[in-house]
Amino acid sequence: METTPQFFRHGPGPFARLLVFVFLSCLLIAEDLRFKYFPELRQTIGAVIFPLQKIAYIPTHIYDQIEESIASFYLLEENIKFRQQYLEDREQLLKLRALEAENTQLRKLLGAVQQIETNTQAKAVLAEILQTPRDPFSHKITLNKGGYHNIQLGQAVIDDKGIVGQITRLYPWSSEVTLLTDKNHSVPVQVLRNSLRSVVSGTGKNDELELRYLSVNIDIQQGDLLITSGIGGVYPPGIPVATVLRIERDPTDDFAQIISVPIAGVDRNRQVLILSLVQPVPDDPLEMPKIESQKN
Amino acid sequence: MNHRKTRDNNLNANDYFRQDVHVPPSSGYIAISLTIALILNFLPLPENILLFRPDFVAITIIYWGINHPHKMGMSIAFGMGLMMDVGNTTILGQHALAYCIAIYLTLILGRRLRIFNLMQQAPQIGLILLVMQTVIILVAVLGGAHLPGWQYLFATATGILLWAPISLLLSTPLKQKSDLNAL
Repeated sequence: METTPQFFRHGPGPFARLLVFVFLSCLLIAEDLRFKYFPELRQTIGAVIFPLQKIAYIPTHIYDQIEESIASFYLLEENIKFRQQYLEDREQLLKLRALEAENTQLRKLLGAVQQIETNTQAKAVLAEILQTPRDPFSHKITLNKGGYHNIQLGQAVIDDKGIVGQITRLYPWSSEVTLLTDKNHSVPVQVLRNSLRSVVSGTGKNDELELRYLSVNIDIQQGDLLITSGIGGVYPPGIPVATVLRIERDPTDDFAQIISVPIAGVDRNRQVLILSLVQPVPDDPLEMPKIESQKN
Repeated sequence: MNHRKTRDNNLNANDYFRQDVHVPPSSGYIAISLTIALILNFLPLPENILLFRPDFVAITIIYWGINHPHKMGMSIAFGMGLMMDVGNTTILGQHALAYCIAIYLTLILGRRLRIFNLMQQAPQIGLILLVMQTVIILVAVLGGAHLPGWQYLFATATGILLWAPISLLLSTPLKQKSDLNAL
């Protein structure tokens, strides 16, 4: 009978089993932290729990729909507001195109190195942040677009205010974005005010980024806006990243301690844009004059 | 002569015999309860409520580990931990390790815990949950994260509070319905 309990349990005792599983877990932890040999393992488990996550998301869907149907009373006013916003943004965009053309012209005149082709017509994919429970230790968020929607690893993710992060893991129907504040994440930036180039890195704490390896007497002030410089080819240039919060200059230290706050937010109901991959910077500097002469 | 009734405030034989006889659960019932716990763990919640959410999967695993240890083995706990890790974008193996250690403590202390009633079990379960959360924090710090504030341990506190209701919920379908007309 199935319900007869086993009085004499055969097999390894609990402590031996614990040791086996502890060893296995430590292997997995080490593999996930350092080596990353088996990304397929995560994919398969992700495929298994995907229906459960879908079910868990149903109450939020219902809540959103109720919210929308209540908010639809104000749709007309919102529409008018968005039309106005669109027209203003459009005007700025046209000005930007004109400025870009003038910029390339001036650069050619000065004989400066040809800049990376800025993709103002870059295709961007709209995605929504899935409100999956975020571990307080990992600085990653999940989006609802994945490999099935032609998303690739390494694409930059922005919201309406600034950079959110970069796509680091792909599942078929969702993707994971590493936020700016992750400890292993850095963005090449430049200060808007004086074009000082640097790199801003995550600290692992929420809402804190730091600028490392800048000397103590560097020209930087509280409230400075940091934008992407485009170096490195991952993030397109000119997108706001953070504002400087506080600067500690200790003359005995080699470097100043500069803490900045990221501009983008990761609250719920945020829609984000996944930007297409930027063209890589041409490697060989000797090739540059050749390109210029071809353009002429 | 000492006429004072000696009230034995500790456990006596009556407490042990007053336990209900439960129908042994089928594997399907355990599987369904684990699936529901996993769904509850994945439920999206606002940030401030998320702080108070207990680990439903851990509580369910400990419940089955106490009451039916031969059905709930360490491999099931390991598998559930892996699924939690992938769903929560944490380090693979973090929750798996924590759940295995929790099951191990449950297997050792399980027989002792069964003779307590639910309200007395709750603090002891809380201890197991605390050990589990400490393991999670340790692994995360090993991966280079900062130590969280003390608010992180709220999940243990709510786990203690919800232990009794969840145990009742899980055991109610298993109670044998006594036939009132039987002799």
